[in-house]
Amino acid sequence: MAACIQRLDRAIFSIRLLRNVQLHNERSLSTSLHRLALDTEQPSKFTPPVKPVIIDKTQSVASLRKFLSPEFVPPRQRTKPIKFTIERKDMIRRRKVLNIPEFYVGSILAVTMTDPHATGKNNRFVGICIQRGGRGLGATFVLRNIIDNQGVEICYEMYSPRVQQIEVLKLEKRLDDNLMYLRDALPEFCTVDTDMKPQPSSPTGEVPVNKTRVRMLPKPWSKRWERPKYDVKGIRFDLCLSPEQMEHAQKWAQPWVEYDMLKEYDTSKLEEAIYTELQQEAAAATAK
Amino acid sequence: MALLNHLAKCKSMHLACHALRVDATSLTQHSAFSVSAVSAAIQKMTRVRVVDNSPLGNTPHHRAPRVIHVYTKNGVGKVGDKVLLAIKGQKKKALIVGHKMPGERMTPRFDSNNVVLIEDNGNPTGTRIRVPVPTHLRKLEGDYSKLLAIASRFV
Repeated sequence: MAACIQRLDRAIFSIRLLRNVQLHNERSLSTSLHRLALDTEQPSKFTPPVKPVIIDKTQSVASLRKFLSPEFVPPRQRTKPIKFTIERKDMIRRRKVLNIPEFYVGSILAVTMTDPHATGKNNRFVGICIQRGGRGLGATFVLRNIIDNQGVEICYEMYSPRVQQIEVLKLEKRLDDNLMYLRDALPEFCTVDTDMKPQPSSPTGEVPVNKTRVRMLPKPWSKRWERPKYDVKGIRFDLCLSPEQMEHAQKWAQPWVEYDMLKEYDTSKLEEAIYTELQQEAAAATAK
Repeated sequence: MALLNHLAKCKSMHLACHALRVDATSLTQHSAFSVSAVSAAIQKMTRVRVVDNSPLGNTPHHRAPRVIHVYTKNGVGKVGDKVLLAIKGQKKKALIVGHKMPGERMTPRFDSNNVVLIEDNGNPTGTRIRVPVPTHLRKLEGDYSKLLAIASRFV
């Protein structure tokens, strides 16, 4: 009796299911039939278009290269390391507010800073980075551009609260770490278009090296760039100096400095440690 | 060719400076002397470049305009200081609008010592300043408002 009832229950349940399925099938069948019928008679029912996936190319992707900004590496001094640790903490705090992108000497940057005297409170300057100096919070970089046939250079403090935005328009390296010789070069090598659009760069892979060798104005220059102590590779000396003058410049060479052990300062281990510390900080920040 | 074009583009002071670089006797009537790198603010005897479009500043002369007095407590002139120039055999006051010496961080440093001719009451002699001018000159809104009005570009 109980078994009968159970079987009956199951039967009723299955019938109900079947009926539901049948109804569902009927419904789908009916709509498909309806659709088929419609297809033959009129255009199909309105299907909304696929939503376009917007890839924002203007926003720069955070670089995936292993890059440690040079101002994090402390100089060889007698100060206690705790000073550098505290300073690094402050630098990270500032970097959370202002995005300081990866750039090298020779890249073209656009910096917007607050200026109480400028119209609209902000002042934008575009230029080629010729020097990165200073360590810690006082790190600076110098941008150079030629505006209205007048060469202008501005030395920006990277961590200054006046700096609103640092944008890399063109990321590239040059043959030298210090492009101060551009002051004595022909103006075409320093002119940067103020309305230049940011050129996209790949976040992985090597940074492109711009191997242009610059042509100079006639001597005298602000510094004797042909001398070996400046070790300039980015000037076309063959166009402005004779081989005798180049040989004469070699008199100031100091070949023993390369082997001087007291001048050695190997920063590789320090850089590794600081890099891992920064990664950990970044991970901790994103975890929060 | 590029060099000649570059020379053609430059104004009087620049022209004189580069002429000295190329050949000291060609454009000026000086004998050859060494032109050391200028990296200091403006003081007595500095040669300056007049950047407005006044006829006094732009007509060529065999001598570059020189500073003969700086109206500050020390004899050093920075941006916004008044100086006395000797141009074309006459004395004229001028205002410094940019120098080669690096100043404060975040302020521009120019590749030439720029100066704008001025009258005794502070009015500029020329009618336009084509060269970029530092924004912190606007502090002198009261005295030199006319000068700031004729500046075409602020850096």
